[in-house]
Amino acid sequence: MANDTLIKNETRVSPAAHLYQEMADASVPGALSLSEVAFSTKVSVRCAPGSAGFDAVATATGVGLPQKVGEVRGEVDTVAVLWLGPDEFLVAAPEDAQLAAKLDQTLGENPGQVVDLSANRSVLELTGAKAPLVLRKSCPADLHPRAFAVNHAITTSLANIPVLLWRTGEESWRIMPRASFTEHTVRWLIDAMIEFRTETI
Amino acid sequence: MMLIDCPHCGPRNENEFGYGGEAHVAYPENPAELTDKEWSRYLFYRGNKKGVFAERWVHSGGCRKWFNALRDTVSYEFLAVYGAGEAQPEIQQLQGGTR
Repeated sequence: MANDTLIKNETRVSPAAHLYQEMADASVPGALSLSEVAFSTKVSVRCAPGSAGFDAVATATGVGLPQKVGEVRGEVDTVAVLWLGPDEFLVAAPEDAQLAAKLDQTLGENPGQVVDLSANRSVLELTGAKAPLVLRKSCPADLHPRAFAVNHAITTSLANIPVLLWRTGEESWRIMPRASFTEHTVRWLIDAMIEFRTETI
Repeated sequence: MMLIDCPHCGPRNENEFGYGGEAHVAYPENPAELTDKEWSRYLFYRGNKKGVFAERWVHSGGCRKWFNALRDTVSYEFLAVYGAGEAQPEIQQLQGGTR
């Protein structure tokens, strides 16, 4: 096989890299900002609550595993575990090549699985006071602070595609579509942000 | 748009769910011993009840889990949701509920 199929670390490209300038241009100073969080680590964990594997992985993450819909254990800046289903979780962390191997080793022979899904989803960050207004244009979930507190994450849809939506701060949201839907999601969000460029009349 | 109460995720929009047909259709004990007629009955014949109907749903746009639901096929009203493999609950009150 030809050597040019090998991609070195220095030359890797994130799913929204080619949209960097467009996202920057679409941002509205003081109200809205869209950017990509490139190359973060995401690890899928599947194990049934109450099992030995669940307890082992919960200890290994350092923050436990969430047990109900929307719950997020941990923090966005260090390591966070998102609830995807009663026995399915997503461990999200800044780049950490050892994380999947570490959790897999912890799970050992117990029933369940640990898979590195870092490249499965892209991570877009939408911040600003107007962010909920942008999201509400195409997301059916209840985004009211009463129902969607800070550090709450759910599987929902945005721009007609399934995404993981995670409120990481008072005015910051992370949107995680499948990597191949990145361009679609970014262009949809840019279009939804246009109206906020001008002052409200 | 109906709101369907997923047992794991709570109320979500209907378009996140997939329909799985009639619930509580048991796989035959000895499929090899069935006649063609009995096998076709198992494969293709389902109830088409007017009124309360037990059916399977999957929350494909969320937790991806299967569950059972009792739905009134006349009013589309969901009367109960319960786990896959659980027995069908008795419905006392046929008016109201989670519409």
